[in-house]
Amino acid sequence: MTSQALISVSGARRRYGSFEAVRGADLVVRRGELVALLGTNGAGKTSLVELIEGLAPADGGEVRVLGKDPYAQRREIVGQLGVMLQEAGFSPDLTVVETARMWAGTLTSPRPVAEALDVVNLAHRADVRVASLSGGERRRLDLALAVMGRPQVLFLDEPTTGLDPESRRATWDLVRGLLAEGTTVLLTTHYLEEAEELADRIAIMHAGRIVTEGTVAEIVAAEPARIEFVPQDAEGRLVEVAPADLPALSGAVGAPEVERSRVRLRTDRLQDDLEAVLAWARARGLRLADLDARSASLEQAFLSVAGTTAGTAGPDTPSPDASEEVAA
Amino acid sequence: MSAATTPTTARDERPAPQRSPLAASARRVGSLARAELLLLVRNRTALFNALLLSPLTVVFLAAVTGLPDDDAGAQALFGASLMTMLVAFSLLFVVYYNLTTALVARREEVVLKRLLTGESNAAEILTATAAPALAVMLGQAVLGTVAVVALMEPPAFTNPVLLLVALLGGTVVFVLLAAASTGFTRTVESAQLTTLPVLLVTLLFSGLSLPLSMLPDLVQRLAALTPLHPVVALMRLGLSGTDADGAVLTFAETFAAAVGPLAVLVAWVLVGVLAMRRWMRWQPRR
Repeated sequence: MTSQALISVSGARRRYGSFEAVRGADLVVRRGELVALLGTNGAGKTSLVELIEGLAPADGGEVRVLGKDPYAQRREIVGQLGVMLQEAGFSPDLTVVETARMWAGTLTSPRPVAEALDVVNLAHRADVRVASLSGGERRRLDLALAVMGRPQVLFLDEPTTGLDPESRRATWDLVRGLLAEGTTVLLTTHYLEEAEELADRIAIMHAGRIVTEGTVAEIVAAEPARIEFVPQDAEGRLVEVAPADLPALSGAVGAPEVERSRVRLRTDRLQDDLEAVLAWARARGLRLADLDARSASLEQAFLSVAGTTAGTAGPDTPSPDASEEVAA
Repeated sequence: MSAATTPTTARDERPAPQRSPLAASARRVGSLARAELLLLVRNRTALFNALLLSPLTVVFLAAVTGLPDDDAGAQALFGASLMTMLVAFSLLFVVYYNLTTALVARREEVVLKRLLTGESNAAEILTATAAPALAVMLGQAVLGTVAVVALMEPPAFTNPVLLLVALLGGTVVFVLLAAASTGFTRTVESAQLTTLPVLLVTLLFSGLSLPLSMLPDLVQRLAALTPLHPVVALMRLGLSGTDADGAVLTFAETFAAAVGPLAVLVAWVLVGVLAMRRWMRWQPRR
């Protein structure tokens, strides 16, 4: 994809006192694509996204959205942005339609209120006070407000957390519809399935930096595939195999593991090495019970990036001081 | 959520109507203020505080004192002091106290943070949140004036310009102080406590509740620096055209006498802006 970068971040930093939540992050989101930002709690996702949304100034590096500094030149681009925060509230005593009307009145070119509510399937709840909505309904109202201004760039921070599977699918459909119209989306999520469903590219954040970035296929390709089996003889009896007796693999990653008769191999060349394993077994008259050969999953890639050193990072949510800078 | 109604079909290509930045800003404030007014109407306690607290207080004080019967001059001064009290109480209870609680409520509901993600800026959000209180206060000032004019010998209204300046300046100062006070206020309930220092100090040294001339000279000078004092002084000049010692001034002389209070009021606007920037928070501490 070579189209124009609508979001570009290079070397961005953000500090809360002595703690640095974003430590030189780089990220590019091009026109019309959806990039999913993944990371464990405390990786710095929300802190980074708030820099890109222009809700706080960067303490270092450069952030550009639609060619502008989203904090210093916020006025010039804010009409093109749609923001769904991870946690933003409503006045409980307003009804759904009153809330939507209030928001529409602040936008340069809003969708009609009825249409915006219909898109997230809240039209039938229009006259209900927000206090009486379920968590999922509130999340959908959130989404309705975020897309109400027909944004060019849409930020979705965990948009489907708390939604039932049906509403989650419906949200995905809505996001796909927006992508088809050319909206550019930066999505953060804890659901790897959601990232795989929607994202053109994925960026994995860990300890304040983007450590891996690419399509799902690219990210997964960097992880070794696995071949697992339990060797048996023709009568189905377990055969103990010493690691030294295993076939040599052309793409082997690390040493083979044998754990209670179960053999686990890791390889960069799944097809060739699976063939080698099958040939080895045939030559020795072995049956490979419970044979499992699979490419790496996104989850596996994610865990190898983010899971290994979990616990070194700090709070994911920004300090309350963050928005004072906006007010100033 | 029906996939059939995804917005693909719905985007219309009409260009957005061109608006001047000021008109667009006014429209945003209007939309947020409408919602804020709805919330005020739905909150009985806040509504009582806003609509009835200061008029009832003034009526009560007037009843206790009693209307001076014969002397037209004394009646005019009495009317002026009732109007001044009404405005002062409105600034304190309707503008300052109510706005502090409203801003804390919106902050704790994480509504302020949401609003900042949209097209409205901080000044617009603050103005919109204050708008219902301002409307109520102005309404009370107008009704109070009508009542005083109808029921007793009215004051001279020597300098209406200073009256207007007192109202507007006082409003701006107490809006800013309310915004700053939210920084010390964790919950709506604790606002009853955190607003007390400003309420007590400003009322005590305003010249309304305590005859300041009885106090030592230094205290009098310090009292003149508190934020409600210049509002009261400007209203006295505007309504009765008398200086602090009761001497009657001409229209031109009232301007000269207003310089001191005006300077204090402007200084409080600056202090208010700085205090708001320093202390106001836009999202809850979690």
